[in-house]
Amino acid sequence: MTSSAHVKTPENAIEAHNIVKRFDGELAVDGIDLKIKKGSIFGILGPNGAGKTTTLRMLLGIIDPDEGERFLLGSADPISKAHQVGYLPEERGLYQSMKAFDAIGFMGALRGLPLAEGRKRGRQMMIDHGLGDAVDKQIRQLSKGMAQTVQLLGTIVHDPDLIILDEPFSGLDALNQGKLERLIRGQADKGVTVIFSTHVIAHAERLCEDIAIVANGKIPFTGKVSTARDRLRPQVHLETRNLEGPWRSAIPADCQPLGHNWHFTLPESGVEPLLRALIEGDAGIQSLSIERPGLHDAFVHIAGEAAAKKMEEDSALEGEAA
Amino acid sequence: MIETIRASFVIARRDFSAIILSKSFFFFLLGPLFPLIIGIAAGGLGQQVRQDIDQPVIGVALEEGQSAKLLEARKALAKNLGNNALPELLLLPDTDPDDPNISAKLDTADKPLTAIISGSLEAPLLTGSEQDVRRWSGKVALLSETALSGSSPVAVKTGFVTETNSSNKRGQLFTAQAGQAVLVLLTMILAGMVLSNLVEEKTNKIIEILAAAIPMDAIFLGKLFAMLGMALVGITVWSSLGLLGGSIIGLNLGNLPVPAVGWPLFSILMVAYFSMAYLLLGSLFLGIGAMATTVREVQTLSMPVTMGQLLVFFLAFSAITKLGEPIEWFAVIFPFSSPFAMIARAAQMDNIWQHGLALVWQAMFTLIIIRFSVMLFRRNVMKSGNSARKKSLLARIRG
Repeated sequence: MTSSAHVKTPENAIEAHNIVKRFDGELAVDGIDLKIKKGSIFGILGPNGAGKTTTLRMLLGIIDPDEGERFLLGSADPISKAHQVGYLPEERGLYQSMKAFDAIGFMGALRGLPLAEGRKRGRQMMIDHGLGDAVDKQIRQLSKGMAQTVQLLGTIVHDPDLIILDEPFSGLDALNQGKLERLIRGQADKGVTVIFSTHVIAHAERLCEDIAIVANGKIPFTGKVSTARDRLRPQVHLETRNLEGPWRSAIPADCQPLGHNWHFTLPESGVEPLLRALIEGDAGIQSLSIERPGLHDAFVHIAGEAAAKKMEEDSALEGEAA
Repeated sequence: MIETIRASFVIARRDFSAIILSKSFFFFLLGPLFPLIIGIAAGGLGQQVRQDIDQPVIGVALEEGQSAKLLEARKALAKNLGNNALPELLLLPDTDPDDPNISAKLDTADKPLTAIISGSLEAPLLTGSEQDVRRWSGKVALLSETALSGSSPVAVKTGFVTETNSSNKRGQLFTAQAGQAVLVLLTMILAGMVLSNLVEEKTNKIIEILAAAIPMDAIFLGKLFAMLGMALVGITVWSSLGLLGGSIIGLNLGNLPVPAVGWPLFSILMVAYFSMAYLLLGSLFLGIGAMATTVREVQTLSMPVTMGQLLVFFLAFSAITKLGEPIEWFAVIFPFSSPFAMIARAAQMDNIWQHGLALVWQAMFTLIIIRFSVMLFRRNVMKSGNSARKKSLLARIRG
């Protein structure tokens, strides 16, 4: 793969240009373009089967794209940058007979950390994360949550510059999800770029500055969370004493009251003209709130109802499994 | 390249420790004991059975004087031919040498009889089943002749020389066959284990972590060298125990025929060619096994793979006495039979340079197989590249 068509920029941890992947002739990833800045927490949002994992696997060099080019930390050969990268795959895997601290050391050794140092760090990290009692236990003796934490620690034991987590919250209970969020923030505070995929919008909303929305193998949106939200107008919730009056012209014509309550999209003209019209037109404002759309609303708007529904179903299924 | 070597060492170290420190490794080391015990037991039983069959008891129904002569003749012949080469003789007193119903005695004597000699020494009549009579009539004739002549067998004087060109060549051929047999046996026992070597990584999903962290070549190389290390540990333990056992029972290794390159170099070449045979077959097996999606597929593949191994070994065996002939050159050049053919050469030819060349050729081919296996694995299992196929290996073979 060459960089003939595009120039990679040093401030980007990841760049992908029109990458395509087919399995058995079916498009899994359909011409994705992606730029992820260094030092950010970046969320890849989409339902299961949208192409998130395939995209991440291509970015990491586990598989090669059929078309297009990608650069990881400036290199077209992602494996050559493996020492600077930590990766937690969606399907967790550890050698069952290994001791927990040894598994962390081994994962560090794979990425260039001396084994003895990795084991030492592994022990300390487990103690720091409240798993001191499990340090010398074999992986098969650990609970699922503990094993996942061990794998996560193995992902960061070598102090990578870039961490890629594929559905990291999957299978974790609320307590461990909170711990993971803190860990991600902690890494970002140290200047590490964190990229994670998720089908739970709340995680992306809480953690990310930038996101990519993936649906049907394409990325219909990439950018700041605020930009995604800004694609939708804020929603106005108004309660008035009067139902008629000159102020009605400030409200969309098709908006009908529910009792004395009105719900409508904030007009293009903004808040001030609306307020002025309501006050001067004697609407008798009882209460007024203007809600900025959430990421979920933005997702529905950008990816479509079907993708949003699928993502909700995935979350519900995962909740049941957990 | 350096990173590939470093990473393969990480994999090899993990695999090697996992194998060596496992309880099953102890049973692996005990493995050769089982055929040894079975062999000794079966050998003992076989010898007993052979003794029962090969040294039959023949009843003697002759006149008293002739019977005594026949016993004397047996005693004299046994000195030169060995006791086991002649049938045991049992006198049947009170039996008429001309009894027309002599066959009835076959079942009524103190011991079960194979046959009965009756009549006279000049015209002995051997009565028994057709098979036994055909088998022993020659020996009975020899006994009768000796008994009639009354002479003792001539004593042969012996003179020994340390070695001749002919005995050297025969000895080296024996060493070549023995060396090749040992290599073949060890490779057959140990290389097949590599087939299932990537199954754990695939079933535990660890392959994803490995594939994201290190070059795929390093995974294959590391696994191969870990298995080679395990095999060499096993061989070291077995040969040490063998030497110890040999010294306890007073086995004199100095009597073994010296190979053409001498024992020290031959021993080194045995290790080198075993390693190469193991790496060559192992890399092929690893590549095939890596393509299998389940343990069941690996098991199904074991049989054709073993048959393939046998073909290679037959090729090397058939070439052993044909030094320099086209078939032998083919066995030397064909990578999979090359180590076996070359160890036979080491026993029979004293030039050393050819071994360096052969080892380089074999190492090169190992790397080619690994590269090819990695390419197939990435494309077919990891679904990387343009022509990824979502089919199992068997499905792909079936088309």
